[in-house]
Amino acid sequence: MSELRELYQEMIIDHGRHPRNFGVLSDANYKKEGFNPLCGDKIIVYMNEKNGIIQELCFEGCGCAISMASASLMTEVLKGKSLKDVEQLFSAFHQLVTENKLSDILGKLTVLGGVSEFPARVKCAILAWHTLKAALANDSNAVSTE
Amino acid sequence: MMNYKNDFPILSQKIHGKPLVYLDSSASSQKPACVIDAITNYYKNDHANVHRGVYELSQRATRAYENTRQHIKEFINAAHTHEIIFTRGATEGINLVANCFGIKPADEVIVSAMEHHSNIVPWQLAGAVLKVIPISDAGELDLDQYKKLFSTKTKIVSVSHASNVLGTINPLKEIVEIAHQHQVPVLADGAQAFPHLSVDVRVLDVDFYVFSSHKAYGPTGVGVLYGKEKLLNQMPPYQGGGDMIESVTFEKTTWNKLPFKFEAGTPNIGGVIGFDAALYYLQNAGMEKIVQHEKKLLDYATQQLSSIPEIKIIGAARNKLGVISFVLNDIHPHDIGTILDHHGIAVRAGHHCAMPLMQRFNVPACVRVSFGVYNTIEDVDVLMKGLRVVQEMFSHV
Repeated sequence: MSELRELYQEMIIDHGRHPRNFGVLSDANYKKEGFNPLCGDKIIVYMNEKNGIIQELCFEGCGCAISMASASLMTEVLKGKSLKDVEQLFSAFHQLVTENKLSDILGKLTVLGGVSEFPARVKCAILAWHTLKAALANDSNAVSTE
Repeated sequence: MMNYKNDFPILSQKIHGKPLVYLDSSASSQKPACVIDAITNYYKNDHANVHRGVYELSQRATRAYENTRQHIKEFINAAHTHEIIFTRGATEGINLVANCFGIKPADEVIVSAMEHHSNIVPWQLAGAVLKVIPISDAGELDLDQYKKLFSTKTKIVSVSHASNVLGTINPLKEIVEIAHQHQVPVLADGAQAFPHLSVDVRVLDVDFYVFSSHKAYGPTGVGVLYGKEKLLNQMPPYQGGGDMIESVTFEKTTWNKLPFKFEAGTPNIGGVIGFDAALYYLQNAGMEKIVQHEKKLLDYATQQLSSIPEIKIIGAARNKLGVISFVLNDIHPHDIGTILDHHGIAVRAGHHCAMPLMQRFNVPACVRVSFGVYNTIEDVDVLMKGLRVVQEMFSHV
């Protein structure tokens, strides 16, 4: 049960049910759709970037508490960050959810560390991040976590 | 109530410290000890290739393999043993017919809105245009609309005998009668229905019937395609290889007779023999008793789940298998699945390989519980306890 409580912390359920920065960014200069065909989770990430700094970041979609909370927290943490920061945070976040490896730069993303005990749910936590990365890489194909 | 749980060794274990409650038999059933023993015994004592050797072992393997074919013929009341074709599973059975039935571009195939992807995609790959029988909100086929789908281009009707999501048991006999009035044959996907109902292919008068061993307490990798002799004889072989030929030269090859024409290569002999043991298991338990047992579980679980106002059950057909899909408020099925797993309860969460059906009911995913012969009333009680924990965890925010 404690692992379960660790996974479904109040902040995750809160962000999962009431995601922040949820909606469409009509003048986005980056937009990408991500899909997890196994469970049907789907998100679209919108971003406005100027001079290497993320001005606006939001998303829409549907999915489990983990994927929605992760997307919500990602948008909160990355707003105002540089594209170089995104790279660093992505790899730190990846290590957090796969190996529960903590890092100072993660801030409130640390709340998702419990995912590492649930290998089947790592792809839920990482979907938004993969989608954002694909948007930045200007990959024309929709992202799939499978 | 009957208790079959002890026949299944896997079910005696604990998951996350809790006794395993397995509620995903629609995805795959667990195996009784007699099936596991039959497979072990075969590999320990009787293994050799079939239809080849003059020696004792090969004859033993061939006998056990062909006896299973005979057993299946009797089990589903087919007219001839050579109408039983071994496949890798129900999916391969459908693919075989879709490939060999002579579908030409613009030919029409009638399917239903509740089909598994495996009864949609093979027809699309064959180039057919799909005509879809709509379903009601209760999850029952609209037979009036079905009658209107026939045209001069209709090549075949391919419908599930029972739905893997809604649990609906379709009126197969009536579906076949209507199709035959139009001189159109019918394939039934029996993957879900076969282990939970008595299937008599001659009473149903169905032209093709496919099912999988692994959903019927047998091993994975084995399935059956039943087809009427006349239709199977008209069809070309599916794959080339050993066993399916009569004679081979570099100029011309002639095909073996039924059923071997459709069984290229060394088959899954051990799997087939394991499936034979599963059929005996079903017979010893008695199909009528199994049907009653699972009906009790369905009724009890439906009543219990309905007592939680936040739960919405998807599929309220009058004639149902022990399959219940539902959503619980806006809590995502994956979160429910993870929390239940931590209480030892295995359920399916997702779209169940039936995306068009999910769209029909306007849900991206749902939770499914499905019963097998080994489930008990207590399993349902454990599920309900688990669901109350789910509600509790999500109630704070």
